Amino acid sequence: MTTTVETGKSAVSHSSPGAAAPGPRRTGRLRRGSLPYLLLLPALALELLVHLVPMVIGITMSFKELTQFYLRDWGAAPWSGIGNYRVSVDFDAPVGRALLHSFLVTCGFTVLSVGLCWLIGTAAAICMQDAFRGRGLLRALFLVPYALPVYAAVITWVFMFQHDNGLVNHVLHDQLHLTGKPSFWLIGDNSFVALLVVSVWKGWPFAFLIVMAGLQTIPRELYEAAALDGAGVWQQIRRITLPSLRSVNQVLVLVLFLWTFNDFNTPYVMFGKAAPEAADLISVHIYQASFVTWNFGTGSAMSVLLLLFLLVVTGVYLALTSRGRRAADA
Amino acid sequence: MPRSPMAAPRSFLWTRRVLLTLLTGFVLLPVYVMVSSSLKPLADVSGSFRWLPSGLTVRPYIDIWSTVPLAKYFVNSLIVSVSATLCSVAVAVFAAYAVSRHDFRGKRVFTVTVLSTQMFPGILFLLPLFLLYVNIGNATGIALFGSRGGLILTYLTFSLPFSIWMLIGYFDSVPRDLDEAALVDGCGPLGALLRIVVPAAVPGIVAVAVYAFMTAWGEVLFASVMTNDTTRTLAVGLQGYSTLYDVYWNQIMAASLVVSVPVVAGFLLLQRYLVTGLTAGAVK
Repeated sequence: MTTTVETGKSAVSHSSPGAAAPGPRRTGRLRRGSLPYLLLLPALALELLVHLVPMVIGITMSFKELTQFYLRDWGAAPWSGIGNYRVSVDFDAPVGRALLHSFLVTCGFTVLSVGLCWLIGTAAAICMQDAFRGRGLLRALFLVPYALPVYAAVITWVFMFQHDNGLVNHVLHDQLHLTGKPSFWLIGDNSFVALLVVSVWKGWPFAFLIVMAGLQTIPRELYEAAALDGAGVWQQIRRITLPSLRSVNQVLVLVLFLWTFNDFNTPYVMFGKAAPEAADLISVHIYQASFVTWNFGTGSAMSVLLLLFLLVVTGVYLALTSRGRRAADA
Repeated sequence: MPRSPMAAPRSFLWTRRVLLTLLTGFVLLPVYVMVSSSLKPLADVSGSFRWLPSGLTVRPYIDIWSTVPLAKYFVNSLIVSVSATLCSVAVAVFAAYAVSRHDFRGKRVFTVTVLSTQMFPGILFLLPLFLLYVNIGNATGIALFGSRGGLILTYLTFSLPFSIWMLIGYFDSVPRDLDEAALVDGCGPLGALLRIVVPAAVPGIVAVAVYAFMTAWGEVLFASVMTNDTTRTLAVGLQGYSTLYDVYWNQIMAASLVVSVPVVAGFLLLQRYLVTGLTAGAVK
């Protein structure tokens, strides 16, 4: 123990003035210098290896004519300048038109899915704010879709959406007689609805979980004071609960947006490599564009464009919502 | 209980009742289909859907292990997910401690960079990572592509950003006086972390571990590209039942149920921690 103290002291007294410059008071007694960097090193190295370096490679690839002939030695692939980007955004040609279509489908899908997930999750969390008999059980039950592995859950939905032996057609057609003949759910226009249902089923419990955690941070006194002032439950929800959730919602909606927009697992397990046009989400589309045509340069260019879009949306969103929050706080 | 029960009017109670009932049905429907179909004979799942099985059989639960090498996939998934979880939690604890307790140059850059990797579309670095692993393998002889190691390495970074972010919040909520007292008493910074901060942050750490495990267990995209016959995980292996001429839906449902049990059971056991962990960590 004594050695630790001594090394601690000597580290402070011997370190260079730059490293030992007094930081804010709260860390006054903690040893500064290289320690934080050492602690961060594993995380930093991993992020570099798995995210940042591949991203740089990906961006480089997007400027190359990278077909399967160059896979062994991708550095040797000829440069193509912005050719891949030009192909991707040429909306008069098939490749660009398909990408634009996929992008628009993904936007519509994301808005609907995030909106519904947020709405259902928030409503459920508010309903379960007060204790009632069976609340714990219900809460555990509601988290099941979130806990189930994506492929297990989605495969079950695929079974339910089968044309001949699925539950959905059995109920809608055989039992309720709502449709003239059994519908196809996994091909054609209906596939968008099917994908949305699965995505909401899978996604709303996360919103529920986060909002539920957010509700616990609202001081009980606020509700007691409001009740004394004669505010009913609905008013309390509108005036206390929802405004208090503002900062939670800011992060929640962003995270839901990014996850849904980039979601690959759900559509891939549902439709396989060839998604129907109506449910052609962008991740699967790019995957297909890369691996089916073996043109990785164009695929990379599309991914970079997607990343730029997400960066811009996130930036604008954070700027707008943060200003809104400051205005509300003022 | 935040609100007094007297304040709740009938309109609220009825809305709550209806909404929660509908949601329960929505959530349970696929679970029911999964469980009931897994106990049906093949004829029941090949013909028109039946709410009730014509007869119960456990045959699908026996056949799933021979139709595809499910046990092998299961072991692979288990090794990959457990290793990725342990490494991810350890790395995240150190990183979050550094950010929470130290001021250093580049702190903001670090947190922003790590968080922003969350928005990267997986598809953007799928192929580059594949090329990188192949090149590292050629240059150093460390087989990352196709091996469990490569998958572990990949998965542990998937959960890292969220884990670090959540643990920073959690560590911030552990009073600084505690670890400063430990430092005064002669613990080194690592001693303070391991003896004081980590035990106080167990709910947050458990929450992060659950999240990391679920992420690894459920990932499909990288598993489908980066595994081979010996290292295939459940995410890919489960598709084996549907590529055959006959689709054995009862077996698919049985297999889905079997592979879900470890995660769902673990998750439900630890969900309390998840809510407290989120409350203190992510939701501040």
